[in-house]
Amino acid sequence: MWRNSLMLLGLWALFAIGCEQKGAAPSTPPGATADKSVAAAPAETHAATPAAPAAAPLTQGAADSDGVLFGEVGSLTGPEASFGISTRNGIELAINQANAAGGIKGKKIAVRVYDDQSKPEEAANAATRLVNQDRVKVILGEVASSNSLAMAPKAQEGHIPMISPSSTNPKVTLVGDYIFRVCFIDPFQGFVMAKFARENLKVNRVAILKDQKSDYSLGLTEFFTRKFTEMGGKILTTEAYAKGDSDFRAQLTAIKAQKPEAIYVPGYYNDVGIIARQARELGIPKKIPLLGGDGWQSYKLFELGGSAIQGSYLSDHYSPDNPAPVVQKFIAEYKAAYGSVPDSLAGLGYDAARVAIAAMQRAPDLSGPTVRNAIAQTKDFPGVTGTISLDENRNAVKPAVVLEVGDGTMKYITTTSP
Amino acid sequence: MADLLQHLINGLASGTIYALVALGYTMVYGVLKLINFAHGDVMMVGAYLGYSTAQRLGRPAQSSLGGVLLVFLAAMGGCALLGLGIERFAYRPLRDKPRLTSLITAIGISFTLEYGFQLDFGPLPGAAPRAFPEIIRPREWFILGDGDVVIWNWQVISFLIAVALMVTLQYLVFKTRFGRAMRAVSFDHRIAGLMGIPTDRVIAGTFMLGSALAAGAGILYAIKDTAIHPLMGLYIGLKAFVAAVIGGIGHVPGAVVGALLLGLVEEFVVGYTASSWRDAVAFGFLIVVLLVRPEGLFGRVAAEKV
Repeated sequence: MWRNSLMLLGLWALFAIGCEQKGAAPSTPPGATADKSVAAAPAETHAATPAAPAAAPLTQGAADSDGVLFGEVGSLTGPEASFGISTRNGIELAINQANAAGGIKGKKIAVRVYDDQSKPEEAANAATRLVNQDRVKVILGEVASSNSLAMAPKAQEGHIPMISPSSTNPKVTLVGDYIFRVCFIDPFQGFVMAKFARENLKVNRVAILKDQKSDYSLGLTEFFTRKFTEMGGKILTTEAYAKGDSDFRAQLTAIKAQKPEAIYVPGYYNDVGIIARQARELGIPKKIPLLGGDGWQSYKLFELGGSAIQGSYLSDHYSPDNPAPVVQKFIAEYKAAYGSVPDSLAGLGYDAARVAIAAMQRAPDLSGPTVRNAIAQTKDFPGVTGTISLDENRNAVKPAVVLEVGDGTMKYITTTSP
Repeated sequence: MADLLQHLINGLASGTIYALVALGYTMVYGVLKLINFAHGDVMMVGAYLGYSTAQRLGRPAQSSLGGVLLVFLAAMGGCALLGLGIERFAYRPLRDKPRLTSLITAIGISFTLEYGFQLDFGPLPGAAPRAFPEIIRPREWFILGDGDVVIWNWQVISFLIAVALMVTLQYLVFKTRFGRAMRAVSFDHRIAGLMGIPTDRVIAGTFMLGSALAAGAGILYAIKDTAIHPLMGLYIGLKAFVAAVIGGIGHVPGAVVGALLLGLVEEFVVGYTASSWRDAVAFGFLIVVLLVRPEGLFGRVAAEKV
């Protein structure tokens, strides 16, 4: 008997640890919708504004008329943390600006942020919570396609519009008519890099190293392979790793034996940096560039990849070198708030939030179906990552840029339009 | 042919790290019959301690001989203390309780370390992966043909450090008073206590030793795979445990052989078939070994006392 109770105690302790982890993520206790704890969106350790004072005016503005609550799911911790943090900064900036300009129909916007620890199952839980408990008006997130795919069915069932800032896998918006995105999709991104490899780099023989656990990586591999072979190139071999691996030498040794002219690595920055180092270390020379997609975008890439990643190319959504006034204004404001140049994920987060806000300002009321229809009508919206028009599959149609990785910076090379 | 040789080198390099971690599992199991699931995470803590020491030392100092020694000593010392703390406060109070209780406690400690290190405060760098400083400046040691096979200085150094640590351990267990006490405790800790052996101190010493080895493994692993993150101990802990079981858990050279075998098997599976097969083959290998020799490659059959 006492043995059983000890076991129960042990299980309870495990459970408590598990809960604590989840509970720590959102900054506010669930259940409260209109009090000031909700309005204090950046309560989680943000440098820009101390949470409590910033929250006070927001709540006063929204007194009794319960402000508009946005939901956000992002990878604030875990291996893809820099994605979530950049995106959150972009969204926060857009919302603060909108609130300063009067909010939506005179109501202040607040945002409830959940951390999914870079895990699809946590992203799904967070989406369920946003739909059922917090009853948000719109959900913004996620970056990684696998996580967005886990969230989308929850938003669709609850009839809450969801805008992914930067998930590029085509399957994401196909989940249902409540799911949108403000970025281009992978068939286009794969095409951009295939075209660049064939026409600008003039390479014929490419090897691929993909992450077999990521929908994003699998999709890009498929589309790149198709386009590249259509254009007359040859894929020598496709090797795979799994998220969480840190030793890629076996795959790289196999790739090296095929003597490729370039290696396509459509993964996330945390893996790509290490892959670059191990590739160079195994004697794959620097004149063989790595090619990749927007998943490379993070300042962490420079730290993890060091000099090994320099001279490699990625397709991306925007370049901070773009002289357009809307871009430069955003960069200046972002720098003032967060002290760094925004990466493309911050730009897309900013655009996603602004598309949502603009749609709500146009919509006659804030019910799910009305807001959905308003978002669907987004046309020629002047985003910092390009002009955003949503097509019938709720994807943005936008040009892509190719960047070269330098020493701590990304250098703009070319733009490709759809 | 050239890539066969390169695969062999890669496999030995990962096997070496598994071996160092597996030794900790095997020692603690040998003495306490406890599978210390937090062991992989102690390795992670070792890597983080090494990281912050190297950061504090700064650029030129960290890759000098003294600097590297200091990095290792700080990490191994810190982890020895951590091991001591874990033993004292988590396992000792449960030593005479059913074994399942300690096992669940071990899992709890493992989670506490993994998620505790995701926090971002003070000296802890938080959840995002970090590049480990190059405390051993990478240099090609040996190149065959036109860069077909490459061996790096740190691969050789890691291997030598690992071998040195293992030989020291072997000496400690079989040639010293402490080692004799340890073996006596592993035989039966109650009787050993009656014979005047300070069981508590011996068990605490075993934990410290195992944790220090794990810290050494953590740094070598971080040098090899260049990045550290709080969940890095999860898989490697599991793999090292498998290696220890293959070699016959409780058997010191067995753990080393099991680990090297596992490293090579994994490398060849990924290199010559698909990487999705790696874990399936690794664990399949374990099952086959256990079917043929349930006590592991080197383990001795012990009659269960009834």
